[in-house]
Amino acid sequence: MTLLSNDISIERWTRSSRLMLAAMAAAIAVLALAPAFLGAGMIDRMTALFIYVILAAMWNALAGFGGLVSVGQQVFFGLGAYFTIRLADAGLNPFVALPVAAIVTGALSIPLSLFMLRLKGGEFAIGMWVVAELVHLLVNLDRLIQGETGTSLISLNVYDSTTRRAAIYWLSLVAMTALLGTLFTLMRSRAGAAMQAIRDNEDAATSVGVRVIATKRLLFVLAAFGIAVAGGLWLATATTFQPKTYFSVQWTAYMIFMVLVGGIGKFEGAILGAILFFVIETIFGGTGVWYLIGLGATAVLFSLYLPHGLWGEIERRFGLQLLPIGYRLTLPDLLKGKR
Amino acid sequence: MINTLLQGILLGGYYAVIACGLSFMFSVMRIINLAHGSLAVAAAYGLWLLASKFGISPFAGLLIILPVMAAFGWLLQRFVLERSASGGALLPILTTFGLAIVIDNLLFEQFGADTRSLAPFIGNLSYASWQLPGHIFVGKLAVMMMVTAIIILGGLQFFLSRFALGRAIRATAEDPDTAGLVGIDARRVNATATAITMVTIGIAGAFLAMRATFSAYAGAPQLLFAFETAVIGGAGSLWGTLVGGIVLGLAQSLGAQLHPQGFLIGGHVVFLLVVFLRLFRSGMPAFGKIRAFLRSPA
Repeated sequence: MTLLSNDISIERWTRSSRLMLAAMAAAIAVLALAPAFLGAGMIDRMTALFIYVILAAMWNALAGFGGLVSVGQQVFFGLGAYFTIRLADAGLNPFVALPVAAIVTGALSIPLSLFMLRLKGGEFAIGMWVVAELVHLLVNLDRLIQGETGTSLISLNVYDSTTRRAAIYWLSLVAMTALLGTLFTLMRSRAGAAMQAIRDNEDAATSVGVRVIATKRLLFVLAAFGIAVAGGLWLATATTFQPKTYFSVQWTAYMIFMVLVGGIGKFEGAILGAILFFVIETIFGGTGVWYLIGLGATAVLFSLYLPHGLWGEIERRFGLQLLPIGYRLTLPDLLKGKR
Repeated sequence: MINTLLQGILLGGYYAVIACGLSFMFSVMRIINLAHGSLAVAAAYGLWLLASKFGISPFAGLLIILPVMAAFGWLLQRFVLERSASGGALLPILTTFGLAIVIDNLLFEQFGADTRSLAPFIGNLSYASWQLPGHIFVGKLAVMMMVTAIIILGGLQFFLSRFALGRAIRATAEDPDTAGLVGIDARRVNATATAITMVTIGIAGAFLAMRATFSAYAGAPQLLFAFETAVIGGAGSLWGTLVGGIVLGLAQSLGAQLHPQGFLIGGHVVFLLVVFLRLFRSGMPAFGKIRAFLRSPA
């Protein structure tokens, strides 16, 4: 008996996951130095990639771990950009305005969560879309924005373009690393266990005393904050703010595509999906309508035939867990044989 | 003022037509189809194509488009939605959202950015109106939409209560497993329900194109209107969608009187207000605790 129990081991970290974490740290260190030797165009593209990773990770947190599929996450993207413009217009340094805008958006999402989280499934999904449309219309009413004409983040112009480009790049890298780190730590905490329980079976989670609503609210606010950061960063790179582009449902379509293809409910899946989306966009983005048709069709096919995404498939086939957020039970061979 | 109210109420007829399919499908299969609006726009393009290329009147065109829509609905349920729904409640949202993106962009690819309308093909119906005493004008098309809404809702109600297939649909909606035990083929029933839904979507698409202009990306707002109508009316209740449509139409018409942007804002606000008020009826956590405390003073 003792012999048997000694052979059973429970692991948090595997060898491959330790290697993966080290590799990620190294990759981030290399990326931090990249502006020194990359051209202006490449720096902008990499900044876009970091923003995609944030978007994918945040949508995945909400849908994959909280079971909350939202088609209205563009509301936070737009608000993050809008509040950055508003605060910068009030005289705040644009690089200070950006995080403050994200905090304001995150704070606004708390009262919103009070009643939106009462909606179930598809009702929540489209209900969020209605919220996004309403907020879009209200932002249009702001004189500063001038309706659909939009406005620009003029105060960024005090920095010369090289400094500005590098600063936004680093800011995006820091934001991505911090948000991924927060999510990873959160997923491995007690709240993370609750989230995964909700993901797997909400009713069962409730029955064992998981505080479902509170846990979902935490994810909702985190996603709102993270997506607002992404919106502010996008504004910083594009400098122009047109409500129509920021409050477009296209953003949520991209998030859904990245997470579905990468692997919904898998921490690594969102990152993989964002990188894939980035590559696909770089290659096919110029084809316009057919590119969008391809994205939609791929999303349909993945939802039908590969609902756990590419990472889910990799995990199933190879038993590979690079960034484990759960526990891993290793049974001795003897026990395995008996089962 | 009376004209505004009347227009708002009649606009509710259109919303009821487009929402009843969404509501019906949700009550039978628990699926909210995010491609609902895009499919209506696709039907509108179909009618426009028949009218402009072959000179077929939109009303005659419906005789061709509606069977096509029904057949498409059957196939959609059999080959897409059925598989999607077996993967959990959240998956159909993603599948139908992807489908909406495909449909919207295919339409854009095919028909370009120009706005279209069926108004030129239906004589003066799109703007003709009856004048009532006291300078009250009632649009003929608006009345027609309201009457159609009542006929569709009444017809669905009659079908669901009097016909064997209708009763089979209701039984499946209630409990597919038990319905299976008494010999109801849930797959066939669901495919039929989707086909019926598609017919209502086709009619909605025709009205959409007759009363105003439409373009390839007009599907998303139609989905939102249909959704708001269904939720305001109480998701899953047929006559409720008529009430929901009227409330939404009134809110939009009154909103438009207040502000140029008020049409859409009014509709969205009334939707959120209804959602918000429902919270109090079902009891917020804090209120629930107070109520529970009052009930059991021990």
